[in-house]
Amino acid sequence: MIESPMITFPLLILFLPLISFVILIFFGKKLPRQGDWVAVGSIVTTFILAVYLFVQMLTSYDANFSHGASLSWIDMGAFKIDLGILVDNLTIVMLLIVTLVSSCTHIFSLEYMKGDVRYNRYYAYLGLFTFSMNGIVLADNLISMYMSWELVGVSSYLLIGHWFEKDSAANASKKAFLTNRVGDIGFFIGIMLLYSAVGAFTFAPIFDSISGGEAIAGMTLTLAGLGIFMGAVGKSSQFPLHIWLPDAMEGPTPVSALMHAATMVAAGVYMCVRLFPIFTADALTVIAYIGAITAILAALTAITQNDIKKVLAYSTVSQLGFMVLAVGTGVYTAAFFHLLTHAMFKANLFYCSGSVIHSMHHALHEAHDHDTDPQDMRNMGGFREKMPITYYSMLISTLAIAGVPLFSGFLSKDAILAGTLAFAQQNPVHFLLPLLGFSAAAITAFYMFRLIFMTFHGKPNMKNIFKDIHESPKEMTGPIVLLGALSFFIFYTLPSNFNPIKDKGWFKDLIVPRNSAVPGSLTANEIAEYAHYAHYLAMGLSLFVAAAGILLAVLMYQRQSISSEKLSNKFGFLYHWSYNKFYFDENYNRYLYQPFLRLANSISWLDWEFYDKYFINGFGKLTKSFSKISGKFDYDGIDQGLVDGFGRVSSVSGNFLRNIQTGRLQNYLLFVVAGILVIIIAQAF
Amino acid sequence: MDSINSYLFISSMLFCLGLFGVITRRNAIAVLMGVELILNAANINFVAFSKFNGMNIDGHIFSLMVIVLAAAEAAVALAIIINIYNNMNTINIDDAAELKR
Repeated sequence: MIESPMITFPLLILFLPLISFVILIFFGKKLPRQGDWVAVGSIVTTFILAVYLFVQMLTSYDANFSHGASLSWIDMGAFKIDLGILVDNLTIVMLLIVTLVSSCTHIFSLEYMKGDVRYNRYYAYLGLFTFSMNGIVLADNLISMYMSWELVGVSSYLLIGHWFEKDSAANASKKAFLTNRVGDIGFFIGIMLLYSAVGAFTFAPIFDSISGGEAIAGMTLTLAGLGIFMGAVGKSSQFPLHIWLPDAMEGPTPVSALMHAATMVAAGVYMCVRLFPIFTADALTVIAYIGAITAILAALTAITQNDIKKVLAYSTVSQLGFMVLAVGTGVYTAAFFHLLTHAMFKANLFYCSGSVIHSMHHALHEAHDHDTDPQDMRNMGGFREKMPITYYSMLISTLAIAGVPLFSGFLSKDAILAGTLAFAQQNPVHFLLPLLGFSAAAITAFYMFRLIFMTFHGKPNMKNIFKDIHESPKEMTGPIVLLGALSFFIFYTLPSNFNPIKDKGWFKDLIVPRNSAVPGSLTANEIAEYAHYAHYLAMGLSLFVAAAGILLAVLMYQRQSISSEKLSNKFGFLYHWSYNKFYFDENYNRYLYQPFLRLANSISWLDWEFYDKYFINGFGKLTKSFSKISGKFDYDGIDQGLVDGFGRVSSVSGNFLRNIQTGRLQNYLLFVVAGILVIIIAQAF
Repeated sequence: MDSINSYLFISSMLFCLGLFGVITRRNAIAVLMGVELILNAANINFVAFSKFNGMNIDGHIFSLMVIVLAAAEAAVALAIIINIYNNMNTINIDDAAELKR
């Protein structure tokens, strides 16, 4: 079964992080350096293996490459579950993303987490996280994907709550886990709907029977697709379950980078891309709208946030919205392309913010200032001279996320917007989708440059700590430089294309969209053709909106010719909405959590006050009185009467009889005489 | 006085007196005396039956034998009583009830 490196290497990539997890969780404390070299070693090995697979893919240059192996896990006649792995170009690219970002996170954390209380556990959980993500990527069936999916949820819970001494971190991890559960229930319902109709968990038979059109179609298929998409809504933090991701910033910053770039949130999009053929047109429309709403809402929220990590978190939510929008409009390879480029520049943005926070921490520590928030951008400013590597790397990634030509984000975002525009051209009723998409793109450019200007430009806002701000050590700048470089377009358009505004290249050649399995859908070729028509218009528009957003940011935060305060006062209502994240948490609290809590309270009242006290305790009381009666009978009747009675009878008769046995010879003699007399008298008659 | 009945009457009276003494007396020596009376009651019977029943002297000889035995018995019994007195400072047979306790 295991015959080629195309199977063994992915299996090694899958299980090496798990082995590192097991070693570290059990023996980490005893190993030198708390065993971080085990984790780093294993993850770098997986990265090298992934690079090997990637090079193999590039050299063979086969768009239809697909390889798989599976073994039977549960076989009960009609019910059968196979566990297997599926290796194709999509998998290989995704494995490369995961292992690259995970390796960078491991190396970055060497410095960032130095001296942490639970250093070995941190690395162990990183291993578990990587393992579970690789499990999702390699899964060839819904069951193993779902298992890894839940493992991702667990390990993210553990990592977000790494500093669980802080209430906010503990709450954030709980929130992330529970919010994900909501989505996962939908995912599970979707899986079961598909299974009950198709009778298989493996992708290929599911696609086959859907394209057959008999096993499952129409409304059921739409519902199954939406159920599965709900899993992605939870994991990829789409509206309305996006509330957990910004709170997840409570985890260590490298974890945020890993989570936002490659592992957790990417899982939802990857799953949608992998399962794209099952979505019906109706399901896709819903998906597109959810993506568009997420993109615009998160972008609007990001404008007013002051916490550097919160801005990045909302930008992640917004970019994920773009990806989901792309899936919904049918250009799902564009979604995956954006996932790839976004992984690089978003991981880099997080590392850069981690580097900034790290040095802020250090400077505040030197100044003995423990009250100032090291993540608040209002305390930064002018860091450009002090941290040049971080600055330039972050600037490159910001240009990429803003969609400026020459950088990777331009290509992928452009592909998505072209697809959206084409979709709206075909279905004019959905004109809102491109409108929301382009607005979100403009806002993205604006708030990202706001972040850059507030952090690195202008004058230092806290002069007392400014002298202690310095560039981070090699372990941290290494990943920053590497990932910053990967934000350039050239890495995605090799080997045939050097034109920065054309998205041709290995990605386009190797990751080709497949037709939807749903009968009657547009074919991949048609979608590509429509997108091609819309391409130039979309490119022009996206260039325009990116430029507009950057220009506005320059005017407001660099030149300060437009006062941001006046503007926020003028649109106070909108400002407050955005600043308070559209009151999602508050409304959820008021309309969901509180009623649920009240319901739970009243049910628990019923359960405790009524059921427990009267029903359950009643049984107890009944048993108690029964046993009292039976105990009385047992003690007084049997024990005292019958058993003791025998004893008493023998004791009384013994006492009586012992009087005869006086031990006096004369008495006995008397009896003898009396006896003889009796005999004599009896004989006389 | 040539009827056997009067001898038997005397001997039975003597026997009863001896028995009564054995049963009722607390003094060990008195008990011993009662035993002697019983033995002598038997002796009277032996002699009486010997005289009125064939005129042989078997009974006389047996009574002599009994007298010898009685003397031996008295010697042993008195020795026991002296030992009891040495140990317990009393010859009351009710007090000599070690085995019962």
